[in-house]
Amino acid sequence: MQRLPRGGQWLLALLLALASVFPVSGGQSPNDASFLATLGELREASYSDKASIAERLGQTGHPSVRAVLTALLQDRLYFRNSDQKVFIVKAADADPLNLIDPISLKDAGTASADALTQIGTNNGLRSTLRTIVAHFALASPDAAVRLDAVREMSRSLDDANVALLRQRLSAETNSGVRKEINIGLALAALDGSDSKARLEAIATLSQSVEQDVRNRLALLLDKAPDGSFAESDPKVRQAAAAAVQTIDQWRSFYSGIETLFFGLSVGSVLVLIAIGLSITFGVMGVINMAHGELMMLGAYTTYVVQTAMPGHIGISILVAIPAAFIVAGLTGVAMERTIIRFLYGRPLETLLATFGVSLILQQTVRSIFSALNRSVVTPDWMSGELRLNGALGITYNRLYIVIFTLIVFSLILLVLKRTRIGLDIRAVSQNRAMAKAMGIRTEWVDAMTFGLGSGIAGVAGVALSQLTNVGPNLGQSYIIDSFLVVVFGGVGNLWGSLIGGMSMGIVNQLLEPYAGAVLAKIFVLVGLILFIQARPLGLFPQTGRAAEDK
Amino acid sequence: MGGDRGSTWFLTVLAAVAVLVPVLNQVVPASSAFHLSAYGITLIGKYLCYGMLALALDLIWGYCGILSLGHAAFFALGGYAMGMYLMRQIGPRGVYGNPILPDFMVFLNYKALPWFWYGFNHFPYALLMMMLAPALLALVFGWFAFRSRVTGVYFSIITQALTYALMLAFFRNDMGFGGNNGFTDFKDILGFDLHSDRVHVVLLVITAAALAASYMACRVIVESRAGRVIRAIRDAESRTRFLGYPVESYKVELFVFSALIAGIAGALYVPQIGIINPSEFAPINSIEAVIWVAVGGRGTLYGAIVGAILVNYAKTYLTGAFPEIWLYALGALFVLVTIFLPRGIIGLVSARVKHK
Repeated sequence: MQRLPRGGQWLLALLLALASVFPVSGGQSPNDASFLATLGELREASYSDKASIAERLGQTGHPSVRAVLTALLQDRLYFRNSDQKVFIVKAADADPLNLIDPISLKDAGTASADALTQIGTNNGLRSTLRTIVAHFALASPDAAVRLDAVREMSRSLDDANVALLRQRLSAETNSGVRKEINIGLALAALDGSDSKARLEAIATLSQSVEQDVRNRLALLLDKAPDGSFAESDPKVRQAAAAAVQTIDQWRSFYSGIETLFFGLSVGSVLVLIAIGLSITFGVMGVINMAHGELMMLGAYTTYVVQTAMPGHIGISILVAIPAAFIVAGLTGVAMERTIIRFLYGRPLETLLATFGVSLILQQTVRSIFSALNRSVVTPDWMSGELRLNGALGITYNRLYIVIFTLIVFSLILLVLKRTRIGLDIRAVSQNRAMAKAMGIRTEWVDAMTFGLGSGIAGVAGVALSQLTNVGPNLGQSYIIDSFLVVVFGGVGNLWGSLIGGMSMGIVNQLLEPYAGAVLAKIFVLVGLILFIQARPLGLFPQTGRAAEDK
Repeated sequence: MGGDRGSTWFLTVLAAVAVLVPVLNQVVPASSAFHLSAYGITLIGKYLCYGMLALALDLIWGYCGILSLGHAAFFALGGYAMGMYLMRQIGPRGVYGNPILPDFMVFLNYKALPWFWYGFNHFPYALLMMMLAPALLALVFGWFAFRSRVTGVYFSIITQALTYALMLAFFRNDMGFGGNNGFTDFKDILGFDLHSDRVHVVLLVITAAALAASYMACRVIVESRAGRVIRAIRDAESRTRFLGYPVESYKVELFVFSALIAGIAGALYVPQIGIINPSEFAPINSIEAVIWVAVGGRGTLYGAIVGAILVNYAKTYLTGAFPEIWLYALGALFVLVTIFLPRGIIGLVSARVKHK
């Protein structure tokens, strides 16, 4: 790694420390012209000159220094060939490139890639830049930015960085950042000559769960070819071994949680599909083989809504939820009115007829949208991940899907238990003839039930569009799993679907690392066949008279 | 009883096919309009195999009310057993020239033949496995399923999951069944060249004979006393059980026999088509087979076979002439037949005959 000359490093540290003590705010207005002039020097400088120019830029204290240096670090700093003016580019792979003025940081129009020249960097320069940018970030009022900066600095712990971290520790109020700084300082202390300090450092480090920290500690245990250890003190070695073990335990604990969560999110999709199936299956005794295709319609609705409002990807997904419910629900009602009502009491025939519908729906979609997969863009607020610590991160889209499933589940429960139509549905499912005698329009209830179940399938499709590509075969790949969920959970029982789906998702995820995706599926299937030996009607069987008729 | 007249008709037509096809292919010169091409023979042979699968399905669905949505799994298992024999027959003539290992194993760096491939170079053993593999799966699966009284749509779903799981398993390269490419490039069967028309004609005649034999076996079963119990199970399972009949044994035995027929059909299918791969396990295949039975008319045995042949002829024609339309047509067929033709084409025809 290329380092700055010693003197330069100290000077830099001093100045940056000053900068961090007196954060640069909009009130000050340093000389834009000199900043621009220094910036201009970058155009023809050699890499080592660029490093010193970057330092000088840092010293100007100009408000846009951080943005400019970050852009340089990410190869997004260009100059225009025609007038040699320097610009930041929004995204390097866009065409034409969107320019940003380096002084005001406002949009400065666009230019084609040919009209611009990139200001290049090399490894050494980038590491210098990273340190400078990190120093700036350390002074940021945003704790998350400071945390990233500390992490960045911990990766290249030279004297200047250590001095800065130590200084920041006294001023730092945020406990998370303090912990991170302590870990950085402890990492640095491992290189020290005092073995007591090294022991203390190891004690601090054992509280971390970062892979980097673990690897650094493991290095202490390395044996050189001549038999000597990297760490001379056996006590320190012992402590390091214990610390590595602790960290490993925590890491495997967290990765267990991650697997569990992953399983929950996969299970959530199954639950969403199974709820809809369970309603139609349980209430009407109808197996809807087209359920997967209704879900596919929901996913395509998401795609269409998104295409219709290209500027508002973030909102489009929220619009898509009711839209998908309506599209799939209406399709379901149409199916019920034209086909299924002629087949009541003949479950096997219903199964075949709905399978026919599923083929027709698939081919329709293929004719309209082609057989190619369509990808639905994930909105910004759903992408990225929630980093809880160094070993545990939860992606937002999966988190939202779990939450969404729980919301949908509660809503369905509410509809079934607290509304008039819910009461009718339950009455018809318990005793059709009696319900009819009490004046319930069973035909209407059937249509509504089927519409509700189908609508939920559509909503499941919206969720699914965030996890996989949208294609005509989307429904088929999930439908068999969700049938198994219904069988496992017990027909017509919402809680059964919830628990069945979640546990199927988790079991699948737990088995996958050991057995592979395919064998995991086979194990689940075999397990299920054995399970229904013990409980033929699932986890939560229907009881009472309704069950005996079936 | 209408069944007997139908049987006579069916067996007569089948015999006519078995006689006419060889004549039209071997005796009639290629220039004549009546000459049957090699493609035509393969097609008819394929339809007859599908007819056997439909027969197997009708036996359990039409007479015992068991709707299996995974019957193509037994068909494919029989096919794989035959495929394994044919692969071993290739011997050193493969691309890699390995006398023992089939090409795909050399390609996948197998050092030795997996144990379950032993013996497949002997035809009698392979023949045994063609029947044993599907029957054994049906026995284990049926025993578990029927013993715990999984019936109706539950059973249909589980069978569908079964064939789906088998498909996934056979797609794996490390299963030792050729992964997604399956088996192909067969050379000969029992020393006869699989590329010659004459061998195909013989295979077709054998298929017709097997179809006739299994048809008559099924007919004997359904006309026997046991057949009446089986129909009683279809119409009122609990009542039959209360009368003291061992419902589960009847179901398991019938299911195993049906799987056996399906396995033989698959074994006959593979040498004629020349390929077997995991997509034969796809759930859609099993469901298509169910629609053949429904279109033909279930509970008649010959109706299922007629349905299989008609639907597959339509499929061959439509996928060739209007590939876009095939899925629409198949979907519409499912819907229309279940609503308007609950007894299938045979039901329609016999209703007409009775009116006269």
